Amino acid sequence: MILERFAMIDRIIAHDAETLSAAATLPLESPVFEGHFPGFPILPGVLMIETMAQAGGWLMVARLGFERMPLLAKVNEAKMRGMLRPGDAITIEAKLVHDGSGYAVLAGRIKDAAGKPVADAEYTLRTLPFPEASLAALVRARGTELGLP
Amino acid sequence: MAADTFDRIADIIAETANVDRATITPEAHVINDLGIDSLDFLDIVFAIDKEFGIKVPVEAWTEQVNTGKAPAEQFFIMKGLADRIDELVAAKG
Repeated sequence: MILERFAMIDRIIAHDAETLSAAATLPLESPVFEGHFPGFPILPGVLMIETMAQAGGWLMVARLGFERMPLLAKVNEAKMRGMLRPGDAITIEAKLVHDGSGYAVLAGRIKDAAGKPVADAEYTLRTLPFPEASLAALVRARGTELGLP
Repeated sequence: MAADTFDRIADIIAETANVDRATITPEAHVINDLGIDSLDFLDIVFAIDKEFGIKVPVEAWTEQVNTGKAPAEQFFIMKGLADRIDELVAAKG
């Protein structure tokens, strides 16, 4: 996980057409932690939402054959149930709720190393054609690195 | 146009996008007349998909309008929208 690059997912553990689970470990140091908060570093809630959205994004990218890119359009409901600190290992789950025309609704969850839910949300992703073939290629390469076939 | 379908869609729009139900007439354009933006429309389509158990092909409709193959009235005027939903429900069997 590299917060300042918005690289929130380290690897994809498993996925099928409607679910995906991924893993990540929070960095020990990051400029984000320097400000949030001095002497008390915790992952901002908005980055928990981003982490869940990215897991859902990879699910949709794979589902759509790497031909469309998902963008976060709406967070319908989000709950931050606990705090995440530098070095914490987490799992991230995404489940497809509804696959619409040009959009998808997903449910996401982050669990800590003990399996306890830390955050959950329902969110909507728009799915658009990639604006550039080069970006599609980068996403495909990154997906392969993370564990997508 | 099935009156029941129109009423169900109008209720969804009123509730989802906080639109005065009285302004939602069969002649109203969903975007231009009711002041619904693209994100609200996404919510409305999701609610319609769930309510009727269908997948509203918004992207195909938009492409047809943008390429001049179909008039906007066919999909985005309320009575046209209700007709298209009826067709999708009928096609579902």
